[in-house]
Amino acid sequence: MTAVKKIPKDDVVIEGLTGDAAIAHALKQCDVDVLAAYPITPQTIIVEDFQKFAADGEVKTKVIPVESEHSAMSACVGASAAGARVATATASAGLALMWEILYCAASMRMPIVLTIANRALSAPINIHNDHSDSYGARDSGFIQIYTQSCQEAYDTTIMAFKIAEDHDVLLPIMVCIDGFILSHNVERVEMLPDDAVADFLGIREPVQPLDPNNPITMGPLALTDYYFEFKEQQDRAIKNVPDIFKRVEAEFEKMTGRSYGMFETHKTEDADIIILTHSTAGGTAKVVADTLREQGEKVGVVRLRMFRPFPSEEIAEVVKNAKAVAVFEKCLSFGGAGNPLAMELRTALYHLAERPMVTDFVIGLGGRDVPPTTFVEGYEKTKEYLKKGEAPSYETLGVRK
Amino acid sequence: MDTLTSSEKHFALQYLREEALPSPFCPGCGNGITVNAFLKAVKDLGHEDLSGFAFVSGIGCGAWIPSPHFKGDTLHTTHGRAIAFATGLKVARPELKVVVISGDGDLAAIGGNHLIHAARRNIDMTVICSNNFIYGMTGGQVAPTTFTGDRTTTSPYGNPERPFDLARLVAAAGASYVARWTTAHPNQASRAIKKALQTKGFSFVEILSQCPTAYGRRTKAGDAVDMIQWFKSLPIRKRDEEAGYCVPTKQAHDLGEFVDREDTEFTEALKAMVRKVE
Ligand code: SF4
Repeated sequence: MTAVKKIPKDDVVIEGLTGDAAIAHALKQCDVDVLAAYPITPQTIIVEDFQKFAADGEVKTKVIPVESEHSAMSACVGASAAGARVATATASAGLALMWEILYCAASMRMPIVLTIANRALSAPINIHNDHSDSYGARDSGFIQIYTQSCQEAYDTTIMAFKIAEDHDVLLPIMVCIDGFILSHNVERVEMLPDDAVADFLGIREPVQPLDPNNPITMGPLALTDYYFEFKEQQDRAIKNVPDIFKRVEAEFEKMTGRSYGMFETHKTEDADIIILTHSTAGGTAKVVADTLREQGEKVGVVRLRMFRPFPSEEIAEVVKNAKAVAVFEKCLSFGGAGNPLAMELRTALYHLAERPMVTDFVIGLGGRDVPPTTFVEGYEKTKEYLKKGEAPSYETLGVRK
Repeated sequence: MDTLTSSEKHFALQYLREEALPSPFCPGCGNGITVNAFLKAVKDLGHEDLSGFAFVSGIGCGAWIPSPHFKGDTLHTTHGRAIAFATGLKVARPELKVVVISGDGDLAAIGGNHLIHAARRNIDMTVICSNNFIYGMTGGQVAPTTFTGDRTTTSPYGNPERPFDLARLVAAAGASYVARWTTAHPNQASRAIKKALQTKGFSFVEILSQCPTAYGRRTKAGDAVDMIQWFKSLPIRKRDEEAGYCVPTKQAHDLGEFVDREDTEFTEALKAMVRKVE
């Protein structure tokens, strides 16, 4: 591995890019061999921009405009099995249609980078943001990282290849941006020089690719005899992710001065109440916390980035001294013991002798706006529940009841 | 009549939810013509309302033709699966006229498998495909119906692939009735839809439809008027002409009927089977 150097300021290109365009530009620099995709709002621009790079000869990628997302993920697995560096993009129903192959990709240990513009699931048809799509894929074996800004989306997409392709990991990875809120909004993005990205990532070194001179069979049949062992290995692999993730981020930080962590903490040290959320809502939450702090409230924010693997111990460590954690999440788990994010958190805290109270607020389904007042409402409710000593398992905020 | 612009109530309005109008289609889009061609066929068959029908659509511009505009039962489903939903609906309520209206991307790309299998089963339903040769709603990406060489957002230097001939595909898969017309042939299209609705078995009417917003702009096919002119120049098949095999091009996309035959229908076959077992 070549030693990573700090990139001189003059070599950095600064542009105004949407979240989709930021990802397309990152993919362009990652020397992707094959990209197969199907158009779906609000992801489409990622592939459109990328297709233009391919057509203009700026990348050597073979782009396949397949006939469905199911075919897209299938083509990705095929290419990845042959040792290629592979990426695709989707959202909502497109991710749902990939379902069957998501599990194959993870179990066959294909380091595919799947970028997602998070969007609600049908029915009724809705093109706006929530996290029902990728939360639903939480058990597929993909690593999942949620981003808050276009810069972070760009950086994370580049790092995603290095994490996924690491021989101690070899797992596919989702890089998520909020549909429309991030995918279609222009922000300032600092882009690295091409050769810096090339040096950082290197060329994928497949462990066991399909090779006619050295034939192997992938994914045939493992019944009661060996199936379980495959899963055991997969489980071990995803547990390696935090270490590899930290190493990759440290290297990236040397180059750029930027790193994000598995989650971001904001004014949590002395906080009585900590807000837990992620993606663009994390930005709103931090602004709310700052304003409340000015009014003397002891409040902080944990903005989660890595949902899979879930950094249980690390989060428990950060929030354990708070009186309450208020979870704000854009997904409902109908009939569940809790909604996805709160359920993770409650499980992560279970072993503590003294646990903070966990309140859970479901917000923003189908792109319903989440203004700062929604966070204030949840915060005030949490204070009330602390006084009472009990809280409902969850509530929906910002909806007609 | 007090002014030249006022008229009797348009015949189609009795079948439309006026509160859902105007339609979401772009100015110049062909889908409005397909709405009228379909509703005219319904009227010509003597239906006062749409109570005997069930409409199913998927995702894309074409899918908005029935939903929510038709004043009738409508199931608006997921991308590509309209025919699969419709199959269940028809088997459960065989007395209903089940009609799927959607676009080429929905019916022939992501949902292509359901299209050929419904034709193979010859299940009694009418599928109307508004074919605009592109993914219009997502902004103009290459589709399996895009002509070779067409420049789209995902084929910026020309489409290297060959397009499907949907009418021939469905005819070969076993449908009872197949016709192809264009939005420049609304009367012929309406007559074909009428025949399709009367067919016992799988009927398929492909309507080539101008999409000035995505296809016209991306491929330089021009505006709605240019595309209507183009449609008018397309060759019309002779009666009983062999369908043969050909790859559609912009000049040689033949119009007319491809099949009109009687064959065993799926729900009937299913019933006969059940009777036999009983
Ligand atoms: S994009 Fe094309 S097909 Fe869709 S409504 Fe507009 S003109 Fe019609």
